[in-house]
Amino acid sequence: MSSDVLVVADHRRGDLRDVSLELLTAGSDLADAAGGDLHAAVISGDVESFADDLNREGVDRIHTVEYGEEFNHDVYAQAVTALVEDLGPEFLVVPNSVNGLDYAPAVASRLDRPYVSDAVGLDYADGTLEVTREMYGSKVETTVDVAEGPFAVSIRGGEWPPAEGVGDAEVSAFDAAIDEDAVRSTVKGFEEVGGGDVDIADADFLVSIGRGIEEEENLELVEALADVTGATLSSSRPIVDNGWLPKNRQVGQSGKQVTPDVYLAIGISGAVQHVAGMKGADTIIAVNTDPNAPIFDIADYGVVGDLFDVVPALIEEFGGDAPNV
Amino acid sequence: MKVLVTVKEVATVEDDFEISGTEIEETYLDYDLNEWDDYAVEEAVQLAEAGDDVEVVAVTIGPERSEETIRMALAKGADRAVRVWDDAIDDVELLDVETKAELLAAVVEDEDPDVVFSGVQANDDSFGATGVALAETLGFEWAAVVNALDTENVLDEGVASVRRELEGGVEELTDVELPAVLAIQTGINEPRYASLRGIRQAQSKEIDVQALDDLGLDAGDVASSLDVTAMYEPETESDAQYLDGDAGEQAGKLADVLREKGVVGE
Repeated sequence: MSSDVLVVADHRRGDLRDVSLELLTAGSDLADAAGGDLHAAVISGDVESFADDLNREGVDRIHTVEYGEEFNHDVYAQAVTALVEDLGPEFLVVPNSVNGLDYAPAVASRLDRPYVSDAVGLDYADGTLEVTREMYGSKVETTVDVAEGPFAVSIRGGEWPPAEGVGDAEVSAFDAAIDEDAVRSTVKGFEEVGGGDVDIADADFLVSIGRGIEEEENLELVEALADVTGATLSSSRPIVDNGWLPKNRQVGQSGKQVTPDVYLAIGISGAVQHVAGMKGADTIIAVNTDPNAPIFDIADYGVVGDLFDVVPALIEEFGGDAPNV
Repeated sequence: MKVLVTVKEVATVEDDFEISGTEIEETYLDYDLNEWDDYAVEEAVQLAEAGDDVEVVAVTIGPERSEETIRMALAKGADRAVRVWDDAIDDVELLDVETKAELLAAVVEDEDPDVVFSGVQANDDSFGATGVALAETLGFEWAAVVNALDTENVLDEGVASVRRELEGGVEELTDVELPAVLAIQTGINEPRYASLRGIRQAQSKEIDVQALDDLGLDAGDVASSLDVTAMYEPETESDAQYLDGDAGEQAGKLADVLREKGVVGE
């Protein structure tokens, strides 16, 4: 087994996703620590052009697998397994993206490698891989040692900086010999969701509501605040999951990315998936009862308090009448 | 037709808590059905309601305490349950994905279902991997992060037509052959509350407890490749300016900030 690292790029509908360049950084750090080479693989789509984008400082070899246009988990699982069997890297590093979730556990199982997902930190020394990851919805961080390689890990997006510069990697086509009979799923297309009456991505001022609102009836309160301030109403995922607001109001990884002048987060704890959608706001204001809520880590202004007291008072500040909820 | 749904009892942590060693102290933990699994149970029950003669079996890996949680799945409509536990499992601090997949696979092979529903992830250890690893262990097809399923196609055509929830408000439409494991995303349906009648009926439904021996496995099969070496609260890096006072004073200061930013007219 070599001390090499293999990372697998993520792309969709013609674009390399940001996490692909972050994978190169994570992979490069591991390759340096282990004294091996950094390999990157890109599967399906315009692999030549993706290979150009992936050719950054620190990358030694890029393997392209031509097969169809878009991600298919059966194809990825076969191709990544074949690459690992051929190259024998000590480390397989993949993204903890929705597509990563759809092939990495299968590949690790097929290769009989212990799998640790959603790493926010990786450290390799003396043959042991230490993975830093969160538990209990970001309330705690843990370090987990995997004592024996070869390893398979997935990394969280946005935790490593993107690799930069121009590399001189050797690019070569890899014949993964995909067995068509083992491709038992068909990707039939894509659909954009969450059109509708309002585009929250266009708003200058978002009043955004989370689990803290407790009951659907209480939404009236934040609707009144949005009305009196001229703000647009958005929300975190649980509100949409509950069917209290339509999908086009959802801010976050699986919803919309927003960059308003002011983002007023009310009763939102600030899970990483939510933060991914709103951290680009100019000013972030958080209202939450829990002083340890992660939303305060990225807030410019914080109000530790009960939204059922603060919001009615705020409505009155702007001359409105707070509904009785 | 038979549907199997994997469920997990997870610990939720109170806002204020203390860590002792590499674990959160027991007094700060509450136990509940994993949120994602609640949606998986609902999806299984809806499939059973749409078809004729569809049996729903809930499977969990967990100690005796977790029977309370698995009874919730029974109260919502699962027909019976299997609970896998063993002293050898109790000894493992953090079960790895491989082990969970292997334990569940032993039950699935016994039960021989047409489709398995799992949750995308558990909100305690958040590996987000058990469903897909289980499918691979079984030689089943799979789909991860499913937020819509065409029930009729499952019943009539033996195909799972799903939508996978990708990042950025895009959904992928995919067909997967059965048998398959579908990792269910929150929001796919509206999980029902258990009715009083359901809760009463659940008391008489069977929970079959399976030890490693019963599954043809031994302690060596559950040895974890992972060792938790530290647990701590993440450092807070808050640069936030806090607006203090009672609610009225806080609202007044907040209104000043909003006026200053120019987003609210008077």
